[in-house]
Amino acid sequence: MAAVLMRFVPSSLGPAAVQRSLSFSSSAAVRAISLSPTKPLPEKVKIVEVGPRDGLQNEKTLVPAEVKIRLIDMLSEAGLPVVEATSFVSPKWVPQMADQEEVMRGIHRKNGVNYPVLTPNLKGYRAAVNAGAKEVAIFGAASELFSKKNINCSVEESLQRFEEVMTAAKQDGIPVRGYVSCVLGCPYEGKVSAAKVAEVAKRLYSMGCYEISLGDTIGVGTPGGMIEMLEAVKKEVPVQALAVHCHDTYGQALANILVALQNGVSVVDSSVSGLGGCPYAQGASGNVATEDVVYMLHGLGIHTGVDLHKLMDAGSYICRSLNRRTSSKVAQAACKL
Amino acid sequence: MGNVPTTVKQYLDCGTLVGDFPWSSWLLEEKKGPDVRSFPDFVKIVEVGPRDGLQNEKEMVPTEVKIQLIDMLSQTGLSVIEATSFVSSKWVAQMADHTEVLKGINKLPHVRYPVLTPNLQGFQTAVEAGATDVAVFGSASETFSKRNINCSIEESMQRFERVISAAKQAGIPVRGYVSCALGCPFEGAVQPTQVTKVVKRLLELGCYEVSLGDTTGVGTAGSMAAMLHAVTAEVPVHTLAVHCHDTYGQALANILTALQMGVSVVDSSVAGLGGCPYAKGASGNVSTEDVVYMLQGMGIETGVDLSKVIEAGEFICRALNRPTNSKVARATKA
Repeated sequence: MAAVLMRFVPSSLGPAAVQRSLSFSSSAAVRAISLSPTKPLPEKVKIVEVGPRDGLQNEKTLVPAEVKIRLIDMLSEAGLPVVEATSFVSPKWVPQMADQEEVMRGIHRKNGVNYPVLTPNLKGYRAAVNAGAKEVAIFGAASELFSKKNINCSVEESLQRFEEVMTAAKQDGIPVRGYVSCVLGCPYEGKVSAAKVAEVAKRLYSMGCYEISLGDTIGVGTPGGMIEMLEAVKKEVPVQALAVHCHDTYGQALANILVALQNGVSVVDSSVSGLGGCPYAQGASGNVATEDVVYMLHGLGIHTGVDLHKLMDAGSYICRSLNRRTSSKVAQAACKL
Repeated sequence: MGNVPTTVKQYLDCGTLVGDFPWSSWLLEEKKGPDVRSFPDFVKIVEVGPRDGLQNEKEMVPTEVKIQLIDMLSQTGLSVIEATSFVSSKWVAQMADHTEVLKGINKLPHVRYPVLTPNLQGFQTAVEAGATDVAVFGSASETFSKRNINCSIEESMQRFERVISAAKQAGIPVRGYVSCALGCPFEGAVQPTQVTKVVKRLLELGCYEVSLGDTTGVGTAGSMAAMLHAVTAEVPVHTLAVHCHDTYGQALANILTALQMGVSVVDSSVAGLGGCPYAKGASGNVSTEDVVYMLQGMGIETGVDLSKVIEAGEFICRALNRPTNSKVARATKA
């Protein structure tokens, strides 16, 4: 007996698209779903600008505190709701972030804009709060080898360190953002299981992180892997609490971001001018450029609150200061080199 | 089977359906693993580096180098390699050696080597040089048509009609291109209905496939979806290809969108050869390496050996003395 089976069709699809989804046989129903046009996208996307931290941290050229401060101020003016300002790690490990206190005290905090800082441990956390930080971030990994090589301890040990930070942050009423690196591949382990990513994400979320940013640290991910990983993570963490942090080392970032949006994610990390090369592939690119992300989102009719021209101005400014070419194609096309 | 209604109300939530009819879950169950059913199983890549790529490079490349590039590309598994263009060398100096190139390449039996033929004269010269596949280049924008090939869209269609007619007689398949499918450097926005009109015309004239070109790379996933939505309402999706430029970094996301809408033919250029003539210093064609990397990662077959494409890309970049535009090539060799 034939039955008309139909998937719930989101109201944003037009009648023609609905027609394509109707079918009169079971196998055709499953096939018809696969041919449906672009899934509904979020109306708004929050962009987390990581250029001043993740970007500058991975640039060979050191920039003085005044330049960092000016950059952050320009980014605030461009309408970005979150600007990751600096990192309270030991300058022994990350000399680019040695002026962390000066930067924190020097920036003009725009109303409504958040300025999270990285705090790898309790000591860094205290220094951050002392310097006026109102939001912090902690950085876990989905790969054991990466954790050991990057922060010299196992994933479990790192999570225990973070518990200390979480406890202190809860007491101080300071929100904490969690990062998971190597979600789509590890420079040492290679393939990373989606289950492991979900496990670490769940731990960070249960600990009290309000948001978990899933990082494709070496940019090896492709849309299929992104979907698989997100499906696993969404079982453990609500999608509203997820962000994607895609690297563009293999040119896959925008495609990966697009499928993430199609799968419910509405927070995207990016870096002005695509600052920050890849420390694992010399000469290769790293972070995805905020300008290119904003261009795509605006073209999709998604609201970001960002003024692309002001953003490009901030990008030209920092590229001049670093004496390097922008990694943003939008900026290149607009001749803002 | 129990009390199964013959019709189900529109917009029935499948959760409700499964709740009421538990047996239905096996029909609705998603395949395990990534949602790759939303994408084609196989994508044909049309390599345009030797033509569209080199045509837009400032450096002139000697004939032997072009021939070697095409021969290297033939070994990668690519099934279509656009070899050259039979336009007047007065307009496109880089393609002046078209006859020599077409005669000089080692044509493999499982690979096609289409060439551009803007008019009957070009077509005849191409056939004399041994062409077995040709392509004609229309535009969805009147202004672009006039500025680029010095005639209106309608006049260009009349020219193509003569080419296609001659090609039919000679048993030579013709591919159509529509430029400015997502925007025009002169007119700005281009209506999807306008693109549909030109596509239909080319198919009616006898083209077996039409490649939709985002000539200045301004398109986004949004405008790609809107354009394809309009075009596929009137022509079968299997006759369509996308030719995305990466000038604004949007190419892979646009290609992904096209794949989700049923397109399974993608044009690309080894090493991302070919800058954008409308935005100085900006990039143009999307890199074949980056496209293949994405498709491979998604489990989509292309028949292409990525490492061999990277080698061909390195070869031509050395010859042109310029860095590759492919991020995959850069990351791999880093």
